[in-house]
Amino acid sequence: MFSYYLQLGWRSLRHNPLLTALMVMAIAFGVAASMITYSVFRAVSGNPIPDKSTVLFTPQIDSWGPQQNLQGEPPEALNYVDAMALMQAHAAKRQTMLYQVQMSVMPGGERDLPLAANGYAIGSDFFPMFEVPFEYGSGWSGQDDDARAGVVVISATLNQKLFGGADSVGRTVSLNGNDYRVVGVTGHWNPKPRFFDLFSTQGFEDASDFYMPFTRALDLKMRTGGRNSCRGKLAFTTWESYLQSNCVWITPWVELDSAADVARYRRFLQNYAADQQHAGRFAWASNVRLRDVMQWLDYEHVVPAESRISLMVALGFFVICLVNTIGLLLAKFLRRAGEISVRRALGATRREIYTQYLIEAGTVGLAGGVLGLVFTALGVSGVGVLFPPQIAKLAQLDVSLVGLTLLVAILATVLAAFYPAWRAAHVQPAWQLKSN
Amino acid sequence: MSLQIKPILVALRRHKAGTVLIALQIALTLAIVCNALFIIHQRLSNLSQASGVDEANVFVIRNQWAVDKTTPQVDAQVKADLLALRQLPSVRDAAPASGYPLQGGGWDNYVTMTPDQAEPTTDAAVYTGDEHLLDTLGSRLVAGRNFRADEVVPQGAQETIIPPVVIVSKALADRLFPDGSALGKSFYAMGATPSTIIGIVDVLHRQGTDQGSNIYAGQVLIWPLRAADARGLFYIVRAKPGQLAAAMREAPKALYAQNRKRIIAPRDGIQDYAQVRHSAFDSDRGMAILMGVICVVLLAITAAGIVGLTSFWVGQRRKQIGVRRALGATRGDILSYFLTENLLIGVGGVAVGSLLALSINLWMVSEFAMARISMLYVATGVIVLLLLGQGAVLAPAMRAARVSPVEATRSV
Repeated sequence: MFSYYLQLGWRSLRHNPLLTALMVMAIAFGVAASMITYSVFRAVSGNPIPDKSTVLFTPQIDSWGPQQNLQGEPPEALNYVDAMALMQAHAAKRQTMLYQVQMSVMPGGERDLPLAANGYAIGSDFFPMFEVPFEYGSGWSGQDDDARAGVVVISATLNQKLFGGADSVGRTVSLNGNDYRVVGVTGHWNPKPRFFDLFSTQGFEDASDFYMPFTRALDLKMRTGGRNSCRGKLAFTTWESYLQSNCVWITPWVELDSAADVARYRRFLQNYAADQQHAGRFAWASNVRLRDVMQWLDYEHVVPAESRISLMVALGFFVICLVNTIGLLLAKFLRRAGEISVRRALGATRREIYTQYLIEAGTVGLAGGVLGLVFTALGVSGVGVLFPPQIAKLAQLDVSLVGLTLLVAILATVLAAFYPAWRAAHVQPAWQLKSN
Repeated sequence: MSLQIKPILVALRRHKAGTVLIALQIALTLAIVCNALFIIHQRLSNLSQASGVDEANVFVIRNQWAVDKTTPQVDAQVKADLLALRQLPSVRDAAPASGYPLQGGGWDNYVTMTPDQAEPTTDAAVYTGDEHLLDTLGSRLVAGRNFRADEVVPQGAQETIIPPVVIVSKALADRLFPDGSALGKSFYAMGATPSTIIGIVDVLHRQGTDQGSNIYAGQVLIWPLRAADARGLFYIVRAKPGQLAAAMREAPKALYAQNRKRIIAPRDGIQDYAQVRHSAFDSDRGMAILMGVICVVLLAITAAGIVGLTSFWVGQRRKQIGVRRALGATRGDILSYFLTENLLIGVGGVAVGSLLALSINLWMVSEFAMARISMLYVATGVIVLLLLGQGAVLAPAMRAARVSPVEATRSV
């Protein structure tokens, strides 16, 4: 029966090519617009570290006070003094401080021009906390942190440039003229959004080239290559006075496995801030936050407004296309009232009429979906018009998007056909047959 | 015309579903088209923001140092670099800078009138440069004077220096001293000592182009500081008229001839202002294009939908039309019947649509900090959609008008 209805559907579609084309185009445009904008939205709003996003937290401490903080919210990073205090307290199972550093590498010794290398100064816990994959070697140890060791983990890309992709563990890299021993080479790793550094990035930058010990970077008085935000009167002129200033530039992360751990750490933060108040360093009550990965992404508005607005507009567009389809299907089905009456008079049940017309609508949806797929493919390759390149390249037409496009097109069309098909099934045979 | 409204309403009651569908489609289309037009207008006005820079001739070099150096060492190199750049035959002038208009991101300092003021008066984008900066940017002084060479001091990485003199944009001058007396007055910008306004420039855009920094749009201060940051700096270069390409070719060669221990990224280390502007307003342009496309397709689909449904109605009512014609109705009567019917549905649709448009806008105001929509857009949308409806209904209505009175007698 299904294939017979399908056949009937095809015949009816061919019978009225203009109306059919109109419906198919409307569905195709609607579903394509939605899928294109959804592919971008999906890419930017995803969970960058699904299996650990609920156990990774970034602590915030209000070191600026109610008059200078972000409308009641603490600054988005830590100053040096608070960062050191959290680091030494070591109140979490794993923790890391981090900030961006920019350096240069000489790929071919003195002959070549230097290359820029962007990386992070981090603690050794960074690698297990964020599940960084390794091609060769591993991260460094806690002892290396304490010893302020001159070690470095480089990315697969930098390893390719410097060592032709060979196992470079134990070899030496010269960064800004200082030698570092390579202890590991990461696999291709660039979580998007880059949840762990939303203070200095928008979340969609190119992968980092290297990672070095935070303690070592401080020893070398390495200025942050990322953002720096200060309040009040600025008076620092030396590295030491800069460290004592209220400027925030260090992002902390901790790993807390259970709700009890989270509660304990939250208490620790509150107590720390309260202690600072008692000591006279803060002239305000304790104001701290402990956000996990998804809360942090949300708070930092990682999803660009463009992505959300365009998705909303596209969905609205799709709804209009569906309303349009309901109207056209209604016209198409009721125009065949005579035919329906004959079938009903010959013994077809309402249910059969209903099924037949829903299947016919399904074929329209399928055709719209296929055409929509073509539009989606064109659109996805053209999202560079709307989004900056680092976001545009995230939008991809993969198997799931193809499936979703077809599924949405068919489901939506069948849904739109419910009312017209119901009307068709309720055509009064006697009425129609009489007047003919 | 007016005498026909009552029978039309009666007839529409018999076609509730079709009527509601057309009205709904018109309403939704109006709501989206109004807001899309509004977004287009906003984004296009961003695109035309003035940078205050002589964009045809200026380019920017992002220069990173490859080895660690002390501030005096960096400063000596910067001075030598600038001398080399200014001596190029194709170059008019060059200046060191910590940032430039439309760069993206930014450096801004809060501004207060007294050193102990708790609540800042306002916020301002901060640029640094030497006595060549204004000429290099092509910025015009509207009052006061430029920096003197002896006022410019080097600034190392994260070293706070509050110079005693400052040049401000007219917007900042007017914001701080609305009576126009800014020249010679002083203010505080996150320092313990004041800076005195010695010059006022016409227009200068802040570094960022984002919504967040829009609150201090146009408010700019320039300090006489020569960037001597061990990490790097920007060289802003103004070519002689028509020699931009030559200058962009020669400048990096001149710098590498000075010292090879530097990084000028091959991909985006040198950008002319066309590129700077392009990447600054990329998403604005994209948004305007997307909204434009959506508007056009949406209007086309709505029009096609009206044609489709009206054609169906005409087909359904051929007999009634025939009867009316036989009873003496003219072709004009039939035509105006369908036009009026569509107008009635359209008016209902746009009434709902206007409310919907306003509520979508209110939602976007709260969600995306967007501006309130002007009623002009809603009014334009209403007129466009009513005209579109009348246009779409014209062809089926004319077909209806051609129905011959004979049809009344057929197949009864």
